[in-house]
Amino acid sequence: MNRVEYGNLKSYVTGFIASIALTLAAYFLVVERFLTGWALDGAVAVLAIAQAVVQLILFLNLTREPKPRWNLIVFFFMVLVVVLIVFGSIWIMNNLNYNLMAP
Amino acid sequence: MSHSQYPDTHHDVSSNTIFGFWVYLMTDCMMFATFFAAYAVLRTGTNGGPGPRELFDLRFALGETLVLLASSFTCGIAMLFARKQAKTPLLSWLALTLILGVLFLAMEGAEFNRLIEAGHTWQSSAFLSAYFTLVGTHGIHIAMGLIVMILFAVQLLRWGFTETVLRRLTCLRMYWHFLYLIWIFTFAIVYLLGVR
Repeated sequence: MNRVEYGNLKSYVTGFIASIALTLAAYFLVVERFLTGWALDGAVAVLAIAQAVVQLILFLNLTREPKPRWNLIVFFFMVLVVVLIVFGSIWIMNNLNYNLMAP
Repeated sequence: MSHSQYPDTHHDVSSNTIFGFWVYLMTDCMMFATFFAAYAVLRTGTNGGPGPRELFDLRFALGETLVLLASSFTCGIAMLFARKQAKTPLLSWLALTLILGVLFLAMEGAEFNRLIEAGHTWQSSAFLSAYFTLVGTHGIHIAMGLIVMILFAVQLLRWGFTETVLRRLTCLRMYWHFLYLIWIFTFAIVYLLGVR
């Protein structure tokens, strides 16, 4: 089993165009103020995650891995840790601010 | 996977290295996650100074993003020529990747310089400490990638398409795509949501 992956031209061109489109969509959403507040935060987050998925599938070929899919399993573990670190930190620090400093 | 009588250890070395490199990238993701968490928590701590809205230039950040995306794309195109063992096109696309990478790093340097010249250093506030740590660490990763890119290009020129060279180029491609992946979130969280 040779795991040296090269990708293919079609997936690269598709991924490149999709990434440009998603980047510009997020940019103009913010600059032109189509949305405000939580809707804007959510839309930018969704566009960023969509672009990350495009990159993982079309540039990093994560779904073309033969079984057993160890790369994918390690990836999901990373996502779990990242979610715990980021949302855990924000949650705890906001609570601390609320309980201690009350600005 | 079952092989015939003798295991194909030669290929196993490559697949083990590439899997190991993937695990490294995932742990690097976790490290960046701590910097993102720190930035998210500290971004309101401006110490009475200007915040993201006053300091960041969105159009410039968009330019940086598109340059790095193009660099990630040309790196992938370069690696398509590894299968055909076409040295000249591979090195040409890799050179383009290198030029775009250097341009990205120069833009980042110019932005840091603009902030520091205006007196907004990483010692000014918690927000700026978190910003310079996050974006600066990404910049150091890019700089390392550029050095390694030159090194591997020289190895390809001297040794040709050996197993070792192909394995290293594959790791480099993953690393370069991964750095753009991190930048997507930097652009979205630090710049877009900072300025909104």
